[in-house]
Amino acid sequence: MWEYAPAPESRDIADLKPAYKMFVDGKFVEGTGEPLKTINPATEEVLAEVSTASESDVDTAVKAARKAYDRVWSKMPGSERAKYIYRIARQIQERGRELAVLESLDNGKPIKESRDTDVPTAASHFFYHAGWADKLGYAGYGPDPKPLGVAGQVIPWNFPLLMAAWKIAPALACGNTVVLKPAETTPLTALVLADIIQQCDLPPGVVNIIPGAGDVGAALVGHEDVNKVAFTGSTDVGKVIQGQLAGTNKKLTLELGGKAANIVFDDAPLDQAVEGIVNGIFFNQGHVCCAGSRLLVQESIADELLEKLHARVSTLRVGDPLDKNTDVGAINSREQLTKIQELTASGEAEGATRWTSSCPLPDKGFFFAPTVFSGVSQAMRIAREEIFGPVLSVLTFRTPEEAVAKANNTPYGLSAGIWTEKGSRILWMAQRMRAGVVWSNTFNRFDPTAPFGGYQESGFGREGGRTGLEAYLDV
Amino acid sequence: MAAPTTLPSALADATRDESSLRRFLHGLPGVDQVGVEQRAAGLGTRSIKKAAKLHAIDLAISMVDLTTLEGADTHGKVRSLAAKARRPDPERPDVPQVAAVCVYPDMVKTAADDLVGTGINVASVATAFPSGRSTMDIKLADTRFAVEQGASEVDMVIDRGAFLSGRYGQVFEEIVEIKQACGDAHLKVILETGELVTYDNVRRASWLALLAGGDFIKTSTGKVQPAATLPVTHVMLQAVKDWKNQTGELRGVKPAGGIRTTKDAIKYLVAVHEVAGPEWLDPNLFRFGASTLLNDLLMQRRTQLDGHYSGPDYVTVD
Repeated sequence: MWEYAPAPESRDIADLKPAYKMFVDGKFVEGTGEPLKTINPATEEVLAEVSTASESDVDTAVKAARKAYDRVWSKMPGSERAKYIYRIARQIQERGRELAVLESLDNGKPIKESRDTDVPTAASHFFYHAGWADKLGYAGYGPDPKPLGVAGQVIPWNFPLLMAAWKIAPALACGNTVVLKPAETTPLTALVLADIIQQCDLPPGVVNIIPGAGDVGAALVGHEDVNKVAFTGSTDVGKVIQGQLAGTNKKLTLELGGKAANIVFDDAPLDQAVEGIVNGIFFNQGHVCCAGSRLLVQESIADELLEKLHARVSTLRVGDPLDKNTDVGAINSREQLTKIQELTASGEAEGATRWTSSCPLPDKGFFFAPTVFSGVSQAMRIAREEIFGPVLSVLTFRTPEEAVAKANNTPYGLSAGIWTEKGSRILWMAQRMRAGVVWSNTFNRFDPTAPFGGYQESGFGREGGRTGLEAYLDV
Repeated sequence: MAAPTTLPSALADATRDESSLRRFLHGLPGVDQVGVEQRAAGLGTRSIKKAAKLHAIDLAISMVDLTTLEGADTHGKVRSLAAKARRPDPERPDVPQVAAVCVYPDMVKTAADDLVGTGINVASVATAFPSGRSTMDIKLADTRFAVEQGASEVDMVIDRGAFLSGRYGQVFEEIVEIKQACGDAHLKVILETGELVTYDNVRRASWLALLAGGDFIKTSTGKVQPAATLPVTHVMLQAVKDWKNQTGELRGVKPAGGIRTTKDAIKYLVAVHEVAGPEWLDPNLFRFGASTLLNDLLMQRRTQLDGHYSGPDYVTVD
């Protein structure tokens, strides 16, 4: 037997500090909220103490953003804004290893993903939007589209740095200023991004980052001087925000949950479909809103595909997120782990057949072995509710019409995957998918040039691409 | 057409006649280029360190088919290659022997004489290597000559012209006949994937060679670019794994050409480990066709054990 020796990335690279402060008006300051302790979900040890914002801190941050908007940022030519944004992008690349290790420590995701996906994609979002800053007149929104003002942004814990980039980059490119609240379990990389922003000499107040729990987010989106709210997170919170904002003049975009169908036809490239299924649901421990959590497989190849899938999932290496050979890291929090356990128990209770990888799991930390449920029907909770964990539900279909009906039979509609070698069928299916993103013969591919967003309870508004600019322009 | 071994009925049916064979090969699931290349690149980021690396280096050395296939080959060169095969690093007797020495047919006797009793195989290319452009009589005579001279392994080339024009039956028959001419010698079937171009073709040619009784499927002659690549090897490893699942038989894979560094070799071993499975981590089931790779493995082995890099002057050039 050939066992891979541990190959951990050094945690010293993260340059972890004992305490982190919030970033307001260009300075790192203590918040007046109750400080929070952020932990490493792979070991349950405390990583750092982070100061949080109180309601008055939220007000201070919004005022700083307003001042920066009125006096500096909205008046600055796009070509000048672009220079700052390019600078941020380059600094993210410069400090890529530090950000990757810190992200894996705080979030639990494997270093290979933070290193090869999160950090490079975050940098590419800044690069991409920097390019738009002086070309907004050519984006199709009129000759001189105006910014909205102060954007209040609330982001989730699954891609802490990348979501910050998705939110901040277009806002700045379009001439808005930002108050951003990172998730309470993963505030660290956003605060290093604040450090980068400070070192890039961005005018004070253009970007403010205020850690805290849901109450800080509520105070931010409810603040009367915020012109634009962007939220990525759960559908439940999204509904509350939409209710809270009803009747105000605030512009809103929501990117919420999903229960995506990954549809495999009998003429699919099977081995690569297996890879796509694995990537679709086990990437980032399944903590992905667009995860391919429902596999719809044509009945005639279901047994063969499942056999290949089990064999492939058995090779996934679950463990230390800092080990370069880890494929599946730690679940982000005990709360999330409990939710995954509760939903998988419901799957068994409702009669689905559970298969779980026999991979060894670490003794401490929050881990969940990759799990595949077969014999799932649309009525089961595991087919309807977002699990947000490494759990796949397998359903079968016989005809393309049935695949469409099942795929669309969800209140969500964020993404879908179609696997077939027949090009005409890809187009036929894609037209019928009620999903914001449709991948064909691949899954979970992200690029700043491609708009991302959902239908129905997966939210509205797009992020990325030319279309994504609309969310930050007064059009 | 006749299947060389007792096969499950679905596979035996595939070899019944030309049209069955075509239907079978064209019925195999396609290979998505983007997907297989993404997977190969992803697995290529595995970080193999310390004891795992040393183990991989020794395993890779034991899997090398030490090769010289030059028009300029001499008996003297083959003899020194045989010496290198026996004791790859003369100062370190614990270094494993390589799996085989691979030469042209007229050099087989020289190699075989020098390797008697060592357990190292003598592999000979045959069948009008590298182009395969000759008559069947000559290809058979070429094979028989190599075996008579003492080759225990034969590396044949398929007729790529026939394959690409869809004459699968002809390619199948040739492999079956060469396999018979090999007798007890193991048959490696060179697909020359650089001329097949698409991954779909690689998968079809792999299955064709397995159905016809090839003990190994081999990527390349080393005379055509591109030679071995990781994604092509992924497709072939998947084929032998699927073959095992359907027949219970273990067949081997040999990437050849262009694998020069330890780092590359380890990427291939990771692919063997995770695509085919741990049981293929065996010189009987996986080989490297290479000439310069061995010295890099030896240098890296010294680096691992000595804690510092010594350089190419400390390993023998031949």
